[in-house]
Parts: sequence; C-alpha cells; structure tokens
Amino acid sequence: MFDNLSGRLDKVFKRLKGYGKLSEENIQEGLREVRLALLEADVNYKVVKEFIARVKERAIGQEVMESLTPAQQVIKIVHEELVSLLGGEAQGLNLAGQTPAVILLAGLQGSGKTTTAAKLARWLRSKGRRPYLVPADVYRPAAIEQLTTLGKQLDIDTHPTEPGARPVDIARQAVGKASMAGLDTVIIDTAGRLHIDEALMQELKEIKEAVKPQETILVADSMTGQDAVNIAKSFDGELGITGVVLTKVEGDARGGAALSIRSVTGKPIKFIGTGEKLDALELYHPDRVANRILGMGDMLSLIEKAQDTIDKKRALELQKKIKKDGFTLEDFRDQLRQLRKMGSLEQIISMIPGLAGKMKQFKHMMPDERELKRTEAIIDSMTLEERRNYAIINASRRKRIAKGSGTTIQDVNQLLKNYAQMQKMLKKMRKSKFKLPKGLMPF
Amino acid sequence: MGKTNFFSRLKEKMNKTRQGFVRQMDELLLGKRKIDEELLEELEEILVMSDMGVATVEEIFDEVRNKVKRHELQDTEALKDAIKALIQEKLSQPSTELTFENPEGPFVVLVVGVNGVGKTTTIAKLAHFLKAKGKKVMLVAADTFRAAAIDQLEIWGKRLDVPVIKHNPNSDPSAVAYDGMEAALKRDIDVVIVDTAGRLHTKVNLMEELKKIRRVMSKKIPNAPHEVLLVLDATTGQNALSQAKLFNEATPVTGIALTKLDGTAKGGIVVSIVNELQIPVRFIGIGEKMEDLRPFDPSEFVEALFE
Repeated sequence: MFDNLSGRLDKVFKRLKGYGKLSEENIQEGLREVRLALLEADVNYKVVKEFIARVKERAIGQEVMESLTPAQQVIKIVHEELVSLLGGEAQGLNLAGQTPAVILLAGLQGSGKTTTAAKLARWLRSKGRRPYLVPADVYRPAAIEQLTTLGKQLDIDTHPTEPGARPVDIARQAVGKASMAGLDTVIIDTAGRLHIDEALMQELKEIKEAVKPQETILVADSMTGQDAVNIAKSFDGELGITGVVLTKVEGDARGGAALSIRSVTGKPIKFIGTGEKLDALELYHPDRVANRILGMGDMLSLIEKAQDTIDKKRALELQKKIKKDGFTLEDFRDQLRQLRKMGSLEQIISMIPGLAGKMKQFKHMMPDERELKRTEAIIDSMTLEERRNYAIINASRRKRIAKGSGTTIQDVNQLLKNYAQMQKMLKKMRKSKFKLPKGLMPF
Repeated sequence: MGKTNFFSRLKEKMNKTRQGFVRQMDELLLGKRKIDEELLEELEEILVMSDMGVATVEEIFDEVRNKVKRHELQDTEALKDAIKALIQEKLSQPSTELTFENPEGPFVVLVVGVNGVGKTTTIAKLAHFLKAKGKKVMLVAADTFRAAAIDQLEIWGKRLDVPVIKHNPNSDPSAVAYDGMEAALKRDIDVVIVDTAGRLHTKVNLMEELKKIRRVMSKKIPNAPHEVLLVLDATTGQNALSQAKLFNEATPVTGIALTKLDGTAKGGIVVSIVNELQIPVRFIGIGEKMEDLRPFDPSEFVEALFE
C-alpha cells in the first residue's frame, strides 16, 4: 500500500529540491503534482482539496520563503500535514469495561469482515485474552460455516449460531454464553451490508444497543475509491464506530481510502490486514505510515517484525557459525524459513528506508515465494553430509537431488553457485570484521 | 426480458448513481447558464468523484475545453451532451457478443477476481440467468482455499437446482476444474461456470495458478475457457484498472462483470478500463436478488446516467 503514492511524491520533492530558491510558482506546480498523486491514490476529492489548501497556506507563507532550505521546508510541511491527516500514534483496541468485552464488526459486502474476525481473535489470544467468535451473518450462504471453519483452524471457540436466528438474539445469546464459559472477548461478525440499506443498518443498531460493544469496528477494503467517504460517514453516523480495520493492503492499492476515512470520521485506523493467512494482521501506526509514504521507510516496524518472528537463540547460534566459517546449507535453509515467516520479501523491502519507492526495480530481482520453496526442497533432498559439505556434491548426486526435489539439475547448480558465492561474501565480511546487526539476516 | 422492463429496472436501480451524478450536474447546470472555468472545474470534480480516474477525466476535459474555446458549445445543455458523448465514446467497445454457445461441447466460463468482489454471488446470478434461457448449467467449485467457499457454492447449486462439481477443501483447484470439464462433457452440459478463489492480482504464484487452471481446462475441452469473466467491485477506485491489467496479463480477460452498483459507488473506473484495455463489460450487478444481474449496454448505461 502507498508504494505508488510514495514514488510520486518522491519525484515532486526531488524537483523541488532542484530549485535553489522557491518561487510561488514552483510551489504551486509542486502542489499540483501532489494533488494529482493523492487523487490517483483514491484520496477523496474534497479531502485532497482541503489538504492542498492547508499545505499551500503554510508553504506560501513566510515559513518557507524565508527559510534557507525552502524545499526541505515544503517537504516538512507535507509530512506534518500528512501525519495529522493520518492520525498520530497507533491505537490498539480499547476493551476496558464490562466483561466479556464485545467487539462488533461491520462493513460492506466483501470487505473482509469474517477473515478479520478470525485474525482479531488470533491476535487477541496472543495478547493473553480468551476470544469467542460469533458468526451473526445469517444471510450469505455458508458465512457461518466460514467463521466456524476458521475458528476450528485457530482452535478458538465459535458460537454455534442457528442459521434461522435473528442476529440480535444471536449476539445477546453469545455474550451470555461467553460469560458462562469464562471467555473474556466476544467478536461479532455481522453480514455485509450497504450503508444505504436502512433495514440492515437498523439491525446493526439493534445489535449494538443489545450488547453495548466497547469497540465497533468498520472493516473497509483498502482498494475502495471515492465512495469510501460516503461509506465511512454513513456507518459512523448510524452506528458510531470506534475505529477501522483496513483490509487487503498487500495488493498494489494506493490506500487513499485510509486518508479519506480518517479525515471524514476522525476515527482511527486500528489494524491493517496484510494477507490471506490468519496471522496477517498488523497494528496500524499512522506516524510510521506517513514515513513510508514519504519514502522514509519504516525500520521500526521491520525490526519489530524481525523480533517477533526470528528465534533469537537460533539467530545467535547462526551468527557464531558465520563467524567461524561454518554456515552450512542447512543453516541456509533455516534462514530461508525464518525469512519466510516474516512475510513476503516485498513487504520487507517496502519498509527499508530508501528502498520503499523502488519496489518496481526490485520486483524482477526478487525470488518469488515459489523459488524460495524450491530452494528449500532442494536442500531437503540432500543428505546430511551434503548439507554440511557441499563440495562433495558431484554430478550424480546433483542428479539425485534434482529428482528428489522435483527440480532440474540446472536449479541445483544455480543454488550451489549462489551458496558458494555467499560463502565467499561471508569470508570477506569476516576479514573486514564486519559486524552483523543483531538478529538480522547475513545476506 | 422486455426492453422497457429492463430500462425501468435498470433506471430504478441505477438511481443512486444517477441521482448523485446527474442531480449534481443538473443543479450545476440549471443554476449557472454561463460556461466558465469554475463550472468546468466543478463538473470535473463530479467525474473524479465517480472514480473515473484523473487521467481519463482530464482527457475528457481537454477536449471539452477545446470545444469551449472554439465556441462549439453554446449553452450548458450542449456542454452536458458533449461530456456525455465523450464518455460514451470511451465506453464503446469491441462488439464481441457473449453467446454462451459452443457447437462442439460445453461453453466454459472461468470467473476470476480479487477477494470479496462477489464472484460466487455473481456466478449464482449468472446460473439463474442462463437457466432462465433454457441452458443446462453446471457449477465447478474451484475455490478450494477460502473456508466454506465450496459450501457457499453448493448452497446456491441446491437453491438453483444446478449440479456442483467439488473436491475437498485445499485440494488442487486445477484438478477440480479438470473434473468439472469431464463431468460437463459426460452430462452434456451447455454452460459450465468455474468459480475460483479470490486472489490479489499482485500475487505472482496465484496468478500462475490461474494459468494452470486454464491450461488444464483446455486439455479436456479445446479452447476452454471460452469466456474469462473478471468480476470487479464498483466500490473499488483506481485499483480496478490495475486488477484488470494484471488479470488480463495472466489469463486474457474477455469480459467484465461490475458488481455492487446498487450502493452509492459510481463505478466510473469502468470507463477507463474499457477505454484502455478494450475489454467489454458484460454484466452489472445491481442488487442482492437473483434477477439483479443485468447485461451491460454502454449506451443504455450512459443514458441511464444522464437522463
């Protein structure tokens, strides 16, 4: 998300930096480009208009004109305004109050409520809570089964919803049941509905009235266009939302909906859904996102992610090994596995300062997941001895490995070549006493 | 389906699109009789807000401004007509009709799209539409990934009394597709509709999977799929263009179904997609009922927008 926007803004800023002194005209022209970039990112027309007006007022004022580095000053203003538009620090869920706490999910059809419900439950459990999933979508065929299946996958209790029941009754009953079972967080998944569907909006209000949720979350698709404003306004106006989960951000949507929704409702975006797997839910950090948009990267999130997923003991062992020239193919495979746990390479790269806007250049260079899997398969097909000492892998062994892993001899050769190169690189690094950052990959 | 019937239904359902769009436009035009820059900008805003995309809107307005300069547009009525005509022009598409006929065997429709656009519901509506035309329809549940997706299609199959070919969850979608083709041949089916898992167009692996499904199908039935229907959500903004492009690269898309037009979203991005990729819009989804899938006709669409 936001990659393209960040690339566009980067260009504008570069041009601005090219001018020694900024004239009003330069700024106007720059802002026209910013406006276009925001519109192309699906930020709502009116939101853009206000944003540009605010930036312009400050940029054409003395703040910039009298500065020694006017371009920097303009960038700073855009950054500050963007941060204020996106909202400040991350806001998790506020579940203080009654027990069990209740989270009500609402949104349009297909925005990803059911998947989000399961992801939230998983996230809450990892924070020590005991969630209870409640399917209250009695309209879409098999919606109840969907959440029940996800609950089973996660081993999280799911309410045995009767397909014929009224959603209000389901919700009320489920809260009672959770309370009896000692579960402390109820997550209610409701049917997708249009914000202009009065009957169904009324139903949501009734559910809210009945169970008094601490959090009423609008689940919105990050690919939403100009209409995001109408949707958010209606749901907030009718229901009073407390926050937003933005879904499907791992695509190439430019995510303008995030800015629009936040701008018209003033309600924070709390989480983003970053993939199909049930662990692909991240706390949303508006300040960091602003950095990402402006191509300043987001090392903080990357480091947190690494800390979350990388087994520290193993990482330390690995570092020792590398220092002692003992980085075997087996270690290489472990590394690959750790890397894959962190998410897609694209996700990782987009968080590194300076690389954020250059995803396109990297796309061709990057191995896709399948290639990583293949590499793993090849190493899996080697004997222990081969993994420890790749020099013994001769032609007939290569043939066997290729066969065993369902790849070709060329694939095996390529892997061995890469590995040999890496060994050389590591040797050089050792000689130059290069220190590896703690816990990060050696390549 | 009577034509007046269709018109009135479409109009009624498109009302929101129309109301927002046309009322604003009429308000503007009735209020001000003179064509000036301010008026043009406000009209531009309306089009941008319909998700048509800045580039397309600018193209249209470059042309309009030229006409204004050349004094070709005398009043606001002429201005409105000019804008309408320009949008219509962009919506004109290659006239490849979707017949659902394959003299050599079953006609195969592969339905693709990102997550949550309404593929399965569209398939149910399409099956209903085809059944009403007297076709023998079969559904193939090749979304083996999403939890309960197979159940969802099966429920529709039961409601519509249409056979559904399925495997277990998480099995290979290509294998299901293959079995679907085989079953369709055996049972002398007219139209097979294959449901696939929602996938983001940027996921290389999943796009490869789609190619494989396609390959496997054509092994059993030559030239299958005969129609690759991309389902797009009208609520989607500029990303719909990227979706259309990347799906088209992976497996040539031959038609588009635009869903969820019954909300306040205006689906303007279709204009850019048709214009740029020359892929025709086949259907629009305008409600939750089975009859709410309608054939798309560009001229009717624009008329309904502007009347």
